[in-house]
Amino acid sequence: MTDGPALLRATGISKSFPGVRALDDVHLDLRPGEVLALVGENGAGKSTLLKLLSGIYRPDAGTMELDGAPMSPAGPRQANELGISVIHQEFHLMPDLTVAQNIFIGREPRRAGLIRDDELERRAAALFERLGIPLDPRQPVSHLSVAGQQMVEIAKALSFDARVLIMDEPTAALTETEVATLFRIVRDFVSPRTGVIYVSHRMEEIKEISDRITVLRDGRYVDTLPTATTETREVIAAMVGRQLETGVRPGPPDPGASDGGSGRDGSGHDTVLAVRGLSTRALLKDVSFELRRGEILGFAGLMGAGRTEVARAIIGADRSTGVVEVNGRPVTVRSPADAVRHGIGYLSEDRKRYGLLLDQDVVRNVMLSSLPGLTRGGFVRDADGRHVAKEMVDRLSIRTPSVAQRTKNLSGGNQQKVVLAKWLVRDCDVLIVDEPTRGIDVGAKDEIYTLLTALAAQGKSIIVISSELPEVLRLADRIVVMCEGRVTGTLANADADQHQIMELATRFGADRSLVTTGDPE
Amino acid sequence: MTTSGTTTAPRRTISFGNRQQLQQLLAFGGLVVIFVFFSVASPYFLDWANVKGILLATAVTGIMALGATLVIATGGIDLSVGTGMTLCSVMTGVFLANLGLPLVVGVLGGLAIGALIGLLNGLNVAYLRLPPFIATLAMMMVAQGLSLVISGTKPIYFSDVAGFGQLAGGELLPGLPNAVLIFFVAAVLAGVTLSKTLTGRYALSIGSNEEATAISGVDVRRWKVVIYVVAGLFTGLAGVVMASRLNSAQPGLGLGYELEAIAAVVIGGTSLRGGKATILGTVIGALIMATLTNGLRIMSIPQEWQKVAVGIVIVLAVYADMLRRGKEA
Repeated sequence: MTDGPALLRATGISKSFPGVRALDDVHLDLRPGEVLALVGENGAGKSTLLKLLSGIYRPDAGTMELDGAPMSPAGPRQANELGISVIHQEFHLMPDLTVAQNIFIGREPRRAGLIRDDELERRAAALFERLGIPLDPRQPVSHLSVAGQQMVEIAKALSFDARVLIMDEPTAALTETEVATLFRIVRDFVSPRTGVIYVSHRMEEIKEISDRITVLRDGRYVDTLPTATTETREVIAAMVGRQLETGVRPGPPDPGASDGGSGRDGSGHDTVLAVRGLSTRALLKDVSFELRRGEILGFAGLMGAGRTEVARAIIGADRSTGVVEVNGRPVTVRSPADAVRHGIGYLSEDRKRYGLLLDQDVVRNVMLSSLPGLTRGGFVRDADGRHVAKEMVDRLSIRTPSVAQRTKNLSGGNQQKVVLAKWLVRDCDVLIVDEPTRGIDVGAKDEIYTLLTALAAQGKSIIVISSELPEVLRLADRIVVMCEGRVTGTLANADADQHQIMELATRFGADRSLVTTGDPE
Repeated sequence: MTTSGTTTAPRRTISFGNRQQLQQLLAFGGLVVIFVFFSVASPYFLDWANVKGILLATAVTGIMALGATLVIATGGIDLSVGTGMTLCSVMTGVFLANLGLPLVVGVLGGLAIGALIGLLNGLNVAYLRLPPFIATLAMMMVAQGLSLVISGTKPIYFSDVAGFGQLAGGELLPGLPNAVLIFFVAAVLAGVTLSKTLTGRYALSIGSNEEATAISGVDVRRWKVVIYVVAGLFTGLAGVVMASRLNSAQPGLGLGYELEAIAAVVIGGTSLRGGKATILGTVIGALIMATLTNGLRIMSIPQEWQKVAVGIVIVLAVYADMLRRGKEA
């Protein structure tokens, strides 16, 4: 792999942080004109490698070359000037500034010291036309949907005369149409003098867009494989260091439960949560469904279909009209605290922001929702909390050195388990899980699936909101499909296939704009 | 009353975007309501002499609030503007009255002290990474102490400095005290700085998302220092204007002015979280504060109750602003 001229080459790269060896003797070479996929489980070192290439970190050892010349960017700006543009996994946008101001931040054209915003907007408009992105340069970024913001990031990266484009999970927030747009942009970008490094968890996309795949594991280089002649499971095996027992797309877990006969625990049609005519001013229109005891109910739909909004309305985070019944009795839920009192727990898709106290340990996190029950005479009983946390660590096989570990040091999968534990301690009967495996690596995904299925078998009722159809098909007994704020169909998993779900999810077929004015972010 | 004239003129240069205009309309509407209320309540309120008094009372806090707006745009806060202003007054007194330096040198010296205060604030915030609240709280105390030490706790009088009192007290435009003129010119400069220069753009950018700004290749630390220095210049200007108006430097003054300045900024619709700021709003906010105090005094409401009223207005203004924002973002 070292022969042939490389556009960008990294050799023997090592990088340590206090207490962690993030990268150990890692290699990577990007050939001119190719798309190189970079894969590895979370914690494999992909992000660290990208940050080294883009000048955010400096390596402890190793060399980097661009066109055969040694390179060591001193910061992101200098990396840009060398021709390396990075689209990071997290957005790096200023929501209060306009699209054009965001794209050209740090490079504002000026006359006599004053910024020329007209010129700024003209350049942005020209860029959008070249890329075929329908964005208004004068729109504040806070008015854009997540997909729109992603497009701004992409446009920003391409606004430099980049030779190497590095993309870290660029499709996490995109729908299929938008992914197609992105791939078109990537293909347009690649030429004999440019190359793309593409980081993703989605094997289908890697198959489609990449030429070769470099695999990292535990901070070490594993292998580089040609995409065309490599099977997906070989890639996954290289990533996890073992063959996964299950295929990528296992069948529905328990077809017996879904064809209407009985719930998992044999208690028949025991409706735990019934929602009728749920509407919000912004989006939802007359949403109705029922959740049965021991059932996993999947919510499928495109980005912006209103699935998360349903969850937020149910738990009282957003104002809505309609009826919510818990165990057959209508309840009024005005706030998430009300929801918890009725035994409904919500696990946000953004667990770092809404799910966890990242700076606090596993114990504190697990106790958080149940504190009143863990006090005596007004004092918090930490010993009991530790006990409960240890139980949960065992029950959910949370991998952590101890319950005193800060949650920010845990992997994504284990963080998700901590959030689950929090609601289990609170004894919630209904769990609404929003994108349970977002940003979680392949091996840990499987564990989360097993865990959710086991919880359902124990009588918990679970709503799973997911943008990944295979995930919904794998987990759910029944699937509610939404489109533009409405329920367009409810299918038993046995009758459902991806094609049919996509049809329901695009029922109204309107060409959604990238702009969602008035949508709370 | 000149309010409409003075607010529409800078609008074209200062405002950018409909949201800001809406925000200013709300603050402006509040000002109009307060004005109408007091004109009905008291026959003396609309006297030009009284209106001039309001404008004069606005000038010093207003100039401080302009600088504070830039700092608050970054998501920071500047508690040192009040006593910092006093230190600048005292130092101007040292330069002019004690050392007998030329007028221009003394005035520029006062501004330079302001810039120095800003520089130290900026370095502490940007390079020592102190929270702005702490860094400027410390500076607030240091400046207060230094003012007292340097002046020997006694006022410094400018009676022998020819022309100094005229700086703020004279009337270049007949009928309009220079202090007010200086305030309006400073407001235009601050508005241009906020909306048209890198300093202002990066202040909003840092307040909006500091990490993203840094990743975008902007040297955030350096620009923070620049922003605090510019804010310090406004503190220095306020100090010179204050000294000129009183024709003396009063080392005991200053504490509490910073809160009035911050109140003017937030009443005007600038978000304490950063990212959103409006100079026109700050000007209106400062006018609201001064008008309210003046009107209540004219109605013979005791000073203690004036404070209560101002506090209530702050709550109402910021809550109204949040209501509207909540629907937008």
